Amino acid sequence: MPHPLQDDSAGGWFCPEDNKHCSLIGSTPITRRAALRAGILGAAGMLLTDRLAQRAFAAPPPPRAKAKAFIQIWLWGGASHLETFDPKPDAGPDYCGPYRSPIETNVSGVRICEMLPLLARQADKYSLIRSMTHGNNGHETAAYMVQTARPPGERTVYPSLGAMVSLFKGYDAGYTGLIPPYVVLTELQGRFSEAGFLGPRYKPFATGGDPAKNPFSVEGVIAPGISPERQQTRRELLGKLNVFARMLPSDPQLSAMARNENEAYDLILGDAGKVFDLAQEKPELKERYGNNTFGQSCLMARRLVERGVPFVTINYKGWDTHKQHFQIMNRKLPELDRGLSMLLQDLGERGLLENTIVWCSGEFGRTPRVMWEAPWNGGRGHHGAVFSALVAGGGFKGGTVVGASDARGYEVKDRPVYPIDLMASFYEQLGIDGNARLTHPEGLPATVLPPTTDDVKSGGRLTEIMG
Amino acid sequence: MNHNQFAPSESLLKFAGLYPEAPKVPSSCGMSLPPSHFFPASIGWQLIKWGFTLVVWQLATVGGLAVASTTIDGCISKKLAQVGVPAAPLCSDSVFVRRVYLDAIGTLPTAGEAADFINDTAPEKRAALIERLLSRDEFADYWAMRWSDVLRVKAEFPINLWPNAAQAYHHWIRTAIRDNLPYDQFARALLLASGSNFRSGPANFYRTVPGREPRAIASAVALTFMGTRTDRWTADRLDGMAAFFTRINYKSTLEWKEEIVFFDPLPPGINQALLPDGKWVRLPPEQDPRAVFADWLVDGNNPWFARAISNRLWYWLLGRGIVHEPDDLRPDNPPSNPALLDLLARELVAAKFDLKHLHRLILNSHAYQRSSIPPLGHPEAVEHFACYPLRRLDAEVLIDAINQITGTHDRYSSVIPEPFTFIPLDARAIALPDGSITSSFLELFGRPARDTGLLSERTNVTSAGQRLHLLNSSHIQKKLASGPGLKALLNARGAPDTVLDTLYLTVLSRFPTDHERAVVADYARTMKGNRYATTQDIAWALINTAEFLHRH
Repeated sequence: MPHPLQDDSAGGWFCPEDNKHCSLIGSTPITRRAALRAGILGAAGMLLTDRLAQRAFAAPPPPRAKAKAFIQIWLWGGASHLETFDPKPDAGPDYCGPYRSPIETNVSGVRICEMLPLLARQADKYSLIRSMTHGNNGHETAAYMVQTARPPGERTVYPSLGAMVSLFKGYDAGYTGLIPPYVVLTELQGRFSEAGFLGPRYKPFATGGDPAKNPFSVEGVIAPGISPERQQTRRELLGKLNVFARMLPSDPQLSAMARNENEAYDLILGDAGKVFDLAQEKPELKERYGNNTFGQSCLMARRLVERGVPFVTINYKGWDTHKQHFQIMNRKLPELDRGLSMLLQDLGERGLLENTIVWCSGEFGRTPRVMWEAPWNGGRGHHGAVFSALVAGGGFKGGTVVGASDARGYEVKDRPVYPIDLMASFYEQLGIDGNARLTHPEGLPATVLPPTTDDVKSGGRLTEIMG
Repeated sequence: MNHNQFAPSESLLKFAGLYPEAPKVPSSCGMSLPPSHFFPASIGWQLIKWGFTLVVWQLATVGGLAVASTTIDGCISKKLAQVGVPAAPLCSDSVFVRRVYLDAIGTLPTAGEAADFINDTAPEKRAALIERLLSRDEFADYWAMRWSDVLRVKAEFPINLWPNAAQAYHHWIRTAIRDNLPYDQFARALLLASGSNFRSGPANFYRTVPGREPRAIASAVALTFMGTRTDRWTADRLDGMAAFFTRINYKSTLEWKEEIVFFDPLPPGINQALLPDGKWVRLPPEQDPRAVFADWLVDGNNPWFARAISNRLWYWLLGRGIVHEPDDLRPDNPPSNPALLDLLARELVAAKFDLKHLHRLILNSHAYQRSSIPPLGHPEAVEHFACYPLRRLDAEVLIDAINQITGTHDRYSSVIPEPFTFIPLDARAIALPDGSITSSFLELFGRPARDTGLLSERTNVTSAGQRLHLLNSSHIQKKLASGPGLKALLNARGAPDTVLDTLYLTVLSRFPTDHERAVVADYARTMKGNRYATTQDIAWALINTAEFLHRH
């Protein structure tokens, strides 16, 4: 019987490519408290956990922040750079498969995959990094590196970008929303892309449910099958049957519980939960985002950012295409094209793009040469040596290409961009001091960004696209 | 409509859980009623009466129940008289049955168990129930869970315990509790443990210590068996005690992650050690100095050993240590009731460290069996044990109770990539053998991380997230909607009243009051005869009441 944690989907313990433990065995990434706290599935409770707990950190961001919010579109599994933002039509069919005619974008000289025509019309809004690199081919370790800028295998598990933003722009920094400051649509990535040693207070809230369905069953907020009317009558029933609470009117524990209950009902029945009601959007607009989970997640992300949520991750799964690569691309690329391009356009039209960073990337790219042989029959493997990322808004310039891969997409040719370069640029735009100290539960020294060492290489911040 | 606008009525106040059964009131106790302004009007006349007949209650036989009078109550009465705090009356049978199940075996009574006890007319039924519970399997599960918190039983990747070592350790602890291994032998076995971490459970005592330096071991031993934190000790004192742990060594085997803990007689150059009471002892080269320490520790006259465990057990059962914090025994943190702590320690030594004897003594005491409603105007009643303290259910106990009510199970898993952490689907949370095996529910409701061995690691405070989870998460809604528990209740034949009785007995371990029957009947009418939805909503409401969510 397979171990429940061993599943070969992206994020599992097993790597389908080489059929062995991908990332953890033999390395030492988990610390005591951090790992236990970090590894758990989302729960409704995360929505409100410790919102009013004491402030652990006091770190007001420097005043020069250009970005207030961040939308991370995470292509879990590792999207192929060749089929997205770094096409290689001249490398031949063994490299580019059926996609041989990249299209021009609205920025002259910048071409992307022909499956992304809508994104091609928005290229002035984003920049492409074609020289992302870290060299790691394990899903979890690479995802950890890309989102923390840390090498895997250290004794301490560091918080991911989202948890860091939650720390510096969330409840500790004066955010007061009932919606948590770090929301994941719809499922968590897994324990090494969460709060690390910062603990559960900074863990993302995963909505669960599917925004393409009506209603969007956000965990804890909308219970499927229970109408608002029934919620209301149930609440009244509970009030009548909760006799014990009235026997001890001055008990501090019971008073706290009553306060907590009112907060919970603000989300269930009050206005706070309405942000998740996509029926409030015009049907035409919903349609333009694409009637699928990813498209509606993009719309949802815009609504959350609009209401002040500082960090939203869309965990977009299904890019780990060891087999049937091109069939899957035919299906997914139009979704990505429609949802992401509409998100950029909508954010732009609402004036939100200038202070919202949009970042679209996975943990790595895919092997440039298509594996036509059995058992892959036209698949691509993991490739951490070079891959692409899209960055837009929040002070980043659009219409620029940073770096380049070689002729067939194997290695970085120009201007390597390491995870630390990307993270440092994000933190700068967000007004977060990369040298700020973090409070570690075991008292170890810890800062937002690691010092550059042999394990942490740097090609420099993205000054070429930072206005 | 404001759901909070609801005035408690007479019938509400009589509801079974909170008071001694009405017919058992001594009808003429000869006491004049106190001025009514002393109490909030909303509480009602009956409560006033109970609050002030407590002296009579303590002396009298309660409704035919001869509650064993122990000297625990002597110690407490004396203290209460000193500080001028009246004691709360004894709790009713329906409160007692729920409370003692939760406290003794971490498990909710079933509807049948609760009804049988409430209807039982035997005079010694409370003592008899305590006796039955002390020999239940769940007793071993529940107390092994408590001990595993203290002993930090959890697998950690890649250091300290490996999953199968954690399981071996837990198995040994649970067996010791099931067989009621005397506590002095329990401590000796852990302190003197040698052998493979996979094959000898107690050998893991040394493997869970964060760090292998003798000082770290001495600190862990002091915390575990002396209830004392060494962070304020002088360096000489700690080093002196650490000398007892300088001849422990570790070696690996050919099996991955296996390690042998052994006594290494090679003289380390340290030939004397300092006992925590200030005596120096010589350590002959061939002798295992841990034995010298263990002999000193478990001696009946040791000032720490019996007191630390007595205090800890009192804390576990009554929510607050006689020394508070319960693992911080030191001269400048005196017990709130020294006579009581001495008494418990003496009793334990006299019973040859039979911990069940101490359980029995405490559970049978009036102090344990008091109402959870503190005497009005005396918020300090809790710290003097004048009433039973209200506490939110522990994470494990709460989810097990919900699963028992709904006939469902939770899935537990570990982040440690090893098949030894495979958990059967019907596992109960109190029986989980390894702290790394967990669920989001357990995390949310404050299960301890088992990092430090401190009792304060377990947090039973409530949060809005917890409320949201219980009120509206798919996790709980699914249990209510599709668990076999409620379906069985609906399919059982019987009048609506009987169904409601069973539902109340299942969730709250008591019968509903007339008032509650009326509320439910009203609700059923608004639901237009949809029995299933009605029952589901009532069950949902009951598991969200303060009465269900707390030990009370």
